[in-house]
Amino acid sequence: MRNHDTDTTFKASWKYSEAPESTSHVQIKKQYDLYIDGNFVKPVKGKYFDTINPSNDQKIARVAEATAEDVDIAVKAARKAFKSWSNLSGRERGKYVFRIARLFQERAREFAVIESLDGGKPIRESRDIDIPLAANHFFYYAGWADKLLYAFPNRNPKPIGVAGQIIPWNFPLLMAAWKLAPALATGNTVVLKPAETTPLTALKLAELIQQSGLPKGVVNIITGAGETGASIVNHPDVDKIAFTGSTAVGKYIQKATAGTHKKLTLELGGKGANIIFEDAAIDQAVEGIIDAIFFNQGHVCCAGSRLFVQESVADLVIRKLKHRMESLIIGDPLDKNTDIGAINSKKQLETIQNYIAIGLKEGAEIYQPKCELPKKGNWLAPTLFLNVSQSHKIVQEEIFGPVLAIQTFRTIDEVIEKANNTPYGLSAGVWTQKGSRIFHLTQNLNAGVVWANTFNKFDPTSPFGGYKESGFGREGGLHGLKPYLKFE
Amino acid sequence: MLPDLNNLPVYDQTGVNERIQRFCSRSIKTSSKTAGLKLAISMIDLTTLEGKDTKGKVRQLCYKAMHPHDSIKDLPTVAAICVYPSYVSTAKKALQGSDIKVASVSTAFPSGQSSLEAKLTETKFAVEQGADEIDMVISRGQFLAGNYQYVFDEIASVKEACGQAHLKVILETGELDTLDNVRKASEIAMFAGADFIKTSTGKIQPAATMQVTYVMLDAIQDFYLRTGKMIGIKPAGGISTAKIALQYLVILNEVLGEKWMNKNYFRFGASSLVNDILMQLVKTETGMYQSPIYFSKD
Repeated sequence: MRNHDTDTTFKASWKYSEAPESTSHVQIKKQYDLYIDGNFVKPVKGKYFDTINPSNDQKIARVAEATAEDVDIAVKAARKAFKSWSNLSGRERGKYVFRIARLFQERAREFAVIESLDGGKPIRESRDIDIPLAANHFFYYAGWADKLLYAFPNRNPKPIGVAGQIIPWNFPLLMAAWKLAPALATGNTVVLKPAETTPLTALKLAELIQQSGLPKGVVNIITGAGETGASIVNHPDVDKIAFTGSTAVGKYIQKATAGTHKKLTLELGGKGANIIFEDAAIDQAVEGIIDAIFFNQGHVCCAGSRLFVQESVADLVIRKLKHRMESLIIGDPLDKNTDIGAINSKKQLETIQNYIAIGLKEGAEIYQPKCELPKKGNWLAPTLFLNVSQSHKIVQEEIFGPVLAIQTFRTIDEVIEKANNTPYGLSAGVWTQKGSRIFHLTQNLNAGVVWANTFNKFDPTSPFGGYKESGFGREGGLHGLKPYLKFE
Repeated sequence: MLPDLNNLPVYDQTGVNERIQRFCSRSIKTSSKTAGLKLAISMIDLTTLEGKDTKGKVRQLCYKAMHPHDSIKDLPTVAAICVYPSYVSTAKKALQGSDIKVASVSTAFPSGQSSLEAKLTETKFAVEQGADEIDMVISRGQFLAGNYQYVFDEIASVKEACGQAHLKVILETGELDTLDNVRKASEIAMFAGADFIKTSTGKIQPAATMQVTYVMLDAIQDFYLRTGKMIGIKPAGGISTAKIALQYLVILNEVLGEKWMNKNYFRFGASSLVNDILMQLVKTETGMYQSPIYFSKD
């Protein structure tokens, strides 16, 4: 289209001064123990591990490592508490959950800061998305606690028992809320394990739960790595496992629980297709691409990590996308102007770098904006891969980082086939001004959630979960109560 | 020639709102704030467009334009004074020796409801009086009726009547109803020869919004990539606080970038904005807010 030799860069000239969020109001202890039966207790074997700030490699605190013995103590405490907790009226249970929600909201800023310190996500996200959403989940499920008979009429819903909940490092507190709120509202007791790289906000939540006066043993929060999780999964007195994390671990858990009485829900990986038609509001679609893949450094199971652009607008979309990437601010997660924070851990950074190397080896064309990355900590520039195909490994496998694989398409049937041509089925996005096309795609895309003209929007009232290797069971909404209930 | 208006980009109001919210969450502090505020002052078209305007008032405004607040060092002057054609010569005389431009509204401002002949006569009069810049209004009635060629031809004629004077074309976005229409009107104005596109007259609510400004910036970017010509933009009306002005600059900074970050390509049409910026500047210097009584009202 261009007929002049124009400079196509639109470089920003005005650099914003540092605007770090204050940390003076935040209290972090040097050492955290396990929260079992209403108290913080030392681990039986006395082992601890460090939790690190991924943006500067500094140690933040020491955290207890729970072993099988600790898991057993925690499960016994949960079992003991189950009897009276499950017999409490729904209205009384609801009051406790409401109280947690309110306390949580009051301390929102403190939780937001710790979430960004421990996990590397920008404060803009933890402040505006993670923490408010987590509070909303508690509020929402508190409301269901005394209405279960109306939610499931004539089915006599009863709690299951002790739930073992294992949550990931990408949304530590939000995932804790997704798991705890429905479990408590339905009358179950819980042993929850946050991920080993991001345990702090869950432990702060334990302090908050202690203050809320929730009966002892109803919620137990223990920390540790994969082995601790395995001990929860394999404990014979756990009645239900809820897991959010990688597909590989999900498969292990399903094998481990096969043939037992344990109920299971899994929310696993994804390789979401984000589909842009030529009639879409292109500029907003480009913003949608940014939200879909660079939100939380791409550490999002439902990230739109595969982009499909209709051929006629591909050049325009890619030009605008590159331009938009130039204005993304990468750096200190606690700075209020930061758009992209630190990669959660060294290990994950290596995984992503490995995929980038694979992409290059496969002959894909790479694009990264010119941006200075901090020297210390785990950093990666947002990355595009162009000229890829369905056969590329970077298109097939979940990278779980800020790396987008871009393909073009011509027809609607072609894009549906390609979008569904993956072992995953968690999310998809459709960008078009045409309502009928949206419905056509929502009916034909194999994904638990399909966003139209937006991406990565969450609400406690809306069920979330996957198809195929993205897992099963739903969290959120009325559907989110079911996995924690048995019906007679 | 009238451009093809059938394949213009479309805009999603919800998406644009979200994007604006994100711009507005930028935190502008310390040295970047001072730099931004000073830049904003240098981009202001200090405006008085009232039936009760007098020569005396215009002269006072001109003095304010040259001396916004003498106690602040290195303070730039505003970019221009914006008045009705009948006060152009007064303003021109009062601003002698400064490089502040005189802008005149024209073409039956603010409604544009007059004959083309009258509009051209008015424009020529303003230019003869010494106007450096002409702020014309488009015929919104013709635009909404789909007579795009009429709107295009009118702008082109006024451009011709302007001679050397710069032409700012006011779209009056508050009457255009949709963002898609804003884009369409921007396109017509730029192809018809506008040097600047301007959101509003200030006489209609809503006046400038960040949403329409954003859409106009997008249009300017596309036009630049197609033709190599840089078009300026002037949001006008309702921008009364330093905070809002900084937010506009954030949008400009991140969409069009450094080439547009100066008074040749960006203006604020405003009257009360100056004093609020001055108050913020004094606060960043002294650490305290001063009472409004310490800032001259002209």
